[in-house]
Amino acid sequence: MQKLIRIEPSKCVGCKSCELSCSFKNTGEFAPSRSRIVNEVFLEEAQFITVTCMQCDDPWCLKACPKGAISKHTRTGTVSVDELKCVGCRTCVSACPFGMIKYAPLKGKADKCNLCGDDFPECVAFCPTGCLKFSEEDTPQREKVLKFVQTMKAGQGEV
Amino acid sequence: MGYGWNGKILRVNLSEQTCVVEELNYDWARDYVGGRGLATKYLSEETDPQVDPLSPQNKLIFATGPLTGTYGAANGRYMVVTKSPLTGTIACSNSGGYFPSELKYAGFDLIIVEGKAPKPMYLRIYNEKVELAGAAHLWGKSTSEAEDLIRKEFHGDAKVALIGPAGENQVHYACIVNDKHRAAGRSGVGMVMGSKNLKAIAVRGTGGVGVADPAGFREAARECYRLLRSHPVTSQGLPALGTAVLVNVINQSGALPTRNSQSGTFAQAEEISGERLAQTYLKRNKSCMGCIIGCGRVTQLSDPRWSGSGEGPEYESLWALGAACGVSDLAAITEANYLCNEYGMDTITAGSTVACAMELFQRGLISEAEAGMPLRFGDGEAMVRLIELAGKGEGFGKKIARGSYRLAESYGAPEYSMSVKKLEFPAYDGRGIQGMGLEYATSNRGACHVRGYLVSPEILGVPEKLDPQALEGKAAWAKVFQDATALVDSAGVCLFTTFGIGVPQVGKLFSAATGKAASEAELLEVGERVWNLERVYNLKAGIDPAQDTLPKRLLEEPLPDGPMKGSVAHLGELLPQYYSERGWDEKGIPTEQKLRSLGVAT
Repeated sequence: MQKLIRIEPSKCVGCKSCELSCSFKNTGEFAPSRSRIVNEVFLEEAQFITVTCMQCDDPWCLKACPKGAISKHTRTGTVSVDELKCVGCRTCVSACPFGMIKYAPLKGKADKCNLCGDDFPECVAFCPTGCLKFSEEDTPQREKVLKFVQTMKAGQGEV
Repeated sequence: MGYGWNGKILRVNLSEQTCVVEELNYDWARDYVGGRGLATKYLSEETDPQVDPLSPQNKLIFATGPLTGTYGAANGRYMVVTKSPLTGTIACSNSGGYFPSELKYAGFDLIIVEGKAPKPMYLRIYNEKVELAGAAHLWGKSTSEAEDLIRKEFHGDAKVALIGPAGENQVHYACIVNDKHRAAGRSGVGMVMGSKNLKAIAVRGTGGVGVADPAGFREAARECYRLLRSHPVTSQGLPALGTAVLVNVINQSGALPTRNSQSGTFAQAEEISGERLAQTYLKRNKSCMGCIIGCGRVTQLSDPRWSGSGEGPEYESLWALGAACGVSDLAAITEANYLCNEYGMDTITAGSTVACAMELFQRGLISEAEAGMPLRFGDGEAMVRLIELAGKGEGFGKKIARGSYRLAESYGAPEYSMSVKKLEFPAYDGRGIQGMGLEYATSNRGACHVRGYLVSPEILGVPEKLDPQALEGKAAWAKVFQDATALVDSAGVCLFTTFGIGVPQVGKLFSAATGKAASEAELLEVGERVWNLERVYNLKAGIDPAQDTLPKRLLEEPLPDGPMKGSVAHLGELLPQYYSERGWDEKGIPTEQKLRSLGVAT
């Protein structure tokens, strides 16, 4: 099974460590606007939503690329851009319905999360709350199920 | 592009309507680092310390540090430096949120605001594109309303620092609010901004901050991460309960100033504690940019009398609007805290001024007819009404809007103002915690807890436990804490990280970021240099060292109850020791030799 960045929004505190660490690792500068992962802060609602590429099984960006520069790794499932082939035409940017692949003007290429390639994902390494996890299993979803099960269990005890 | 520093300052002259980009003075940046230190250097060099704080000749400097906008140790701070209209001393107020980092990403280290706009205006920054825009439609609007409007008309992702009606109405303790709920709170920096007819600074930055040694910086950041995630204060106490964790702690140690410091314990402390807040209005915790502590309190008030949501109250606000006024009504405190944010007022001075008014009422100096209501200690609804009147500048609120010193003095009773150099002290009784008494007396902006937080060793036992009543060694502790804090502020790092990390870690981040190697001793000397420069500024401004004192109550009236019963502040013994530690003469004036060794011009 493929390892993915799993996100549990309720644990996010809006610190943007993910954006800082992603941009620092991948661009050499602390530049949240160039981060591949996005941590959106809603001050009024006190909600913090983090989104990143979920490495689609059937990726729009891959299908749209006229140069065949985007591929999905057969073993890891990671969808990545071959910068030698990419011509910076931005077709993939239009194709992705989630806005998770963008055009990086500084290098003139398409840019997206590749789970940090062979390294451990930097955003997960710097997430202070465990909102981000890198695993095969969908741990946050399992945690929610277990919480729900506990409620059921408590209810059974009262009968 | 520079490393750590962007190398650029933005100079905005509101009288001339000009915005000019200048090179950063790197000699000054090396000596004063950034933020508090560097901005104080610019202010000292460019203005006369005798300047009227509300005149166009005073300048208002928004300053980030070389670490602002990076990661590792909650590196998301900026400071507002100017001459304070409340105290007449140097003012430096610090805030977090997202605005400070955005300013770095836009390419600037400092913004120096000069002159006075002919009509209300606000500053818009989109990277290097800078312009002044009319703010007539924003004038009179609350901080959150105005921020929403600015984001709508300028840029949805803009980060905004602005004043509320209190800054416009010239409340002496008006603050500058950013990202809705964070504030450069103390000393009336918002009053200066209002006097310049500047409503807001909105910034969108899409650039980045580079560092000289990326691998070394990452390693230093990992060390900070490990230390902060393992220290109980930064990994458990502050995230779970926020600064409000202190209400019960300080009350139990007998140093929670209650009813305008007539007592050191508050019987209803539990009702206004962080634990109670967590059970009632707390929705969740929240971080500032790049912070792995997350002490912010997002709250939702549900009460038959008030509703709303926002951030806080923080510990100091729970105390100022609570125990200081004898108020145990958590809903009233939370509402007053929201009002302070919306009007743009410092909660500490606002609450302390209400507490002072309540004592003046108790002693018959203020009548019910004059105030328009009885001002009894413990009356939360009266406290809320006074805060609102102060923000609006209406009725008796006009008197509250001038701070406790001017209020008490107008009744011929300045001794009822719990302040030093006209700045009200925060939530620790200087009789119960001797080091804090010394810290209040000597802080360069007046009584303050974030210039040398000796509560940490004296009560919390970090980095080691000191007896709060002992005097020995306290002067030396005060000096080291003050110098280290000045460095941390100047670097752009949050002071709260210093529970878990220290000067060595900040030094590693600083060196890797800027490429300038600096030993621990050199870094502490930066702090000492900043401290002495502030002191020299105050002396030139005419602040007599005789003002290094405490309210008579702390020096002469023993605490009447609690674990610290019977104690007074022993400032008379500590102050000469402190001057000697600082290398100042017995009158508290830095010696030529000391200033020369630090490279501070006289």
